[in-house]
Amino acid sequence: MSQAKLSLHDVWLKRRGSDILQVPHLDVFPGEVLAVIGPNGAGKTTLLMVLALLERPSEGEALFEGASVRGRELSLRRRMAVVFQEALLLRRSVLENVAMGLELRGVPRRQRRERALRWMERFGIAHLARRGPRNLSGGEAQRASLARAFALEPEVLLLDEPFGGLDQPTREALLEELAGVLAETGVTTVFVTHDRDEAARLGHRVAVLLGGRLRQVGPVADVFAAPVDEEVAAFVGVETMVPARAVGDAGGLARLEVAGQVIEAVVNGPLASDVLVCLRPEDVVLAPPDSIMTSSARNRLAGVVTRIVQAGAQARVTVDCGFPLVAVVTRQSLEELGLGVGDRVAASFKASAVHLIPRSQRSGER
Amino acid sequence: MDLIWDGIREAFRILGTGDYSIWEITLRSLFISGSAVAISLVIGIAVGSLLAFNEFPGRNLAFTLVNTGMGLPPVVVGLMVAIMLWRSGPLGQLDLIYTPLAMIIAQTVIATPIVTGFTAAALRSLSPRLRSQLYALGASRLQMLWLVLWEAKLPLLAAVMAGFGGAVSEIGASIMVGGNLAGETRVLTTAVVLEVSRGEFAPAIALSIVLLALIFAVNLILTTVQQQEQRS
Repeated sequence: MSQAKLSLHDVWLKRRGSDILQVPHLDVFPGEVLAVIGPNGAGKTTLLMVLALLERPSEGEALFEGASVRGRELSLRRRMAVVFQEALLLRRSVLENVAMGLELRGVPRRQRRERALRWMERFGIAHLARRGPRNLSGGEAQRASLARAFALEPEVLLLDEPFGGLDQPTREALLEELAGVLAETGVTTVFVTHDRDEAARLGHRVAVLLGGRLRQVGPVADVFAAPVDEEVAAFVGVETMVPARAVGDAGGLARLEVAGQVIEAVVNGPLASDVLVCLRPEDVVLAPPDSIMTSSARNRLAGVVTRIVQAGAQARVTVDCGFPLVAVVTRQSLEELGLGVGDRVAASFKASAVHLIPRSQRSGER
Repeated sequence: MDLIWDGIREAFRILGTGDYSIWEITLRSLFISGSAVAISLVIGIAVGSLLAFNEFPGRNLAFTLVNTGMGLPPVVVGLMVAIMLWRSGPLGQLDLIYTPLAMIIAQTVIATPIVTGFTAAALRSLSPRLRSQLYALGASRLQMLWLVLWEAKLPLLAAVMAGFGGAVSEIGASIMVGGNLAGETRVLTTAVVLEVSRGEFAPAIALSIVLLALIFAVNLILTTVQQQEQRS
């Protein structure tokens, strides 16, 4: 891979004696969108502040294009842009706010006006140019903040939960626009969020931060499909996790005993004898118990519905197959299946949908 | 009642003619208190920013000291400055006692904690993320400071008003370190005290009217600016 645009080496940040952030190594490559995900309080913002050269780590260092940033923070900050969760606009017109970074860089008035207006148009707020920041809606303010960042035409863009304070429709619309602009500009981006859907939508790679530690970094699909441990699995949306024992391995297809039943899983690599079987709810298909299997799913387990939680157009169904198995179905198919708590059902999933975590690697195991 | 009406009528006559050196005294008051406020703005904004932006041990104590300073009795300040500047005092060889400069020093000591306290409060009322955002936008330390001060300019205007009000209406320190010398260190407040002690109420009323008008004018200007800012 090419040289990293921005990287962290052995970064360790302590505050009042406790560790806030510990990152042995992290690279942000040119042109990629790296999504940093983790729950609240995981240290995501701190990580972003270190990357933005706004916070100096207690130990370790940040590198910009392979060279230490020390002593040239200001000039490097002027090659980056940051958007925080709050829009943080100053008490001056929206246009002046959007042009602020350019003003600080000494860009001539006409030029900065032109560039600011162009980006305001791109984000649909050109008509607000003369307004003060106090009579903007949350969405408009955040659009101004995004325009202010893009007007700098930065080499690196750092976004800290930019949609955190917005209502759902506004968030959706802005997410869509941002995705378009990121693809168009190809700017190297770090995008911090606690929302894995946002991460999956914008990110090329994803970094999972839990308890101040970087736990896994990789292409979005890989991390979501193959989390390294139980905690990462839980955070990236794996809802079924059960211990299993390997009983056979034939040509990349493992046979595993789970709660008295045997399932098959695709493995690429050596198979540990004790593993954790991970399944994402969207990979599980539910059907009537006596139906004929039509899909290519190799695993089919009979069970009883123990819980149904409906949210929006989807329903989360927990099936007891000797172990709790969670499936997501659309509301419509829930109605078609006529499922209720206590009903018998068949749950099937592909061997390739099963992800195995060797149990010796389980974090938190004592 | 005659005393009051005659006094007021006579006061307006004095204002018209400028007797009792009333305009000279007014200008001196403006100069001394204005200088004191200007100096205390420089010190107060610097110290207030340090207090607002930096975490250090003893920060709470520092805030308590500033708040105490905001209520510092002018008489005590006068005493301290007088001791320092007294001919046999530590700074006696500077020969500053009973000069306008001594009064500026005393009034600066009175106004500085006021400006410091207002500045720190104004800056602390801004979002703590704002500084990060400004740095992230490429601001140098000075640019950041200038922008946050500009952002907090309304409360800072309040600091100017409070500081000037405190300095110009103070009397104890001015008498002690200035001595109320005619043509040299006599200012509005000390002149009022002198005239009242002599039983000359008309000039005392005239001087008081000027003093009130001065404070009113300063506040009018600052309030107008504030309101225009708030509207925009």
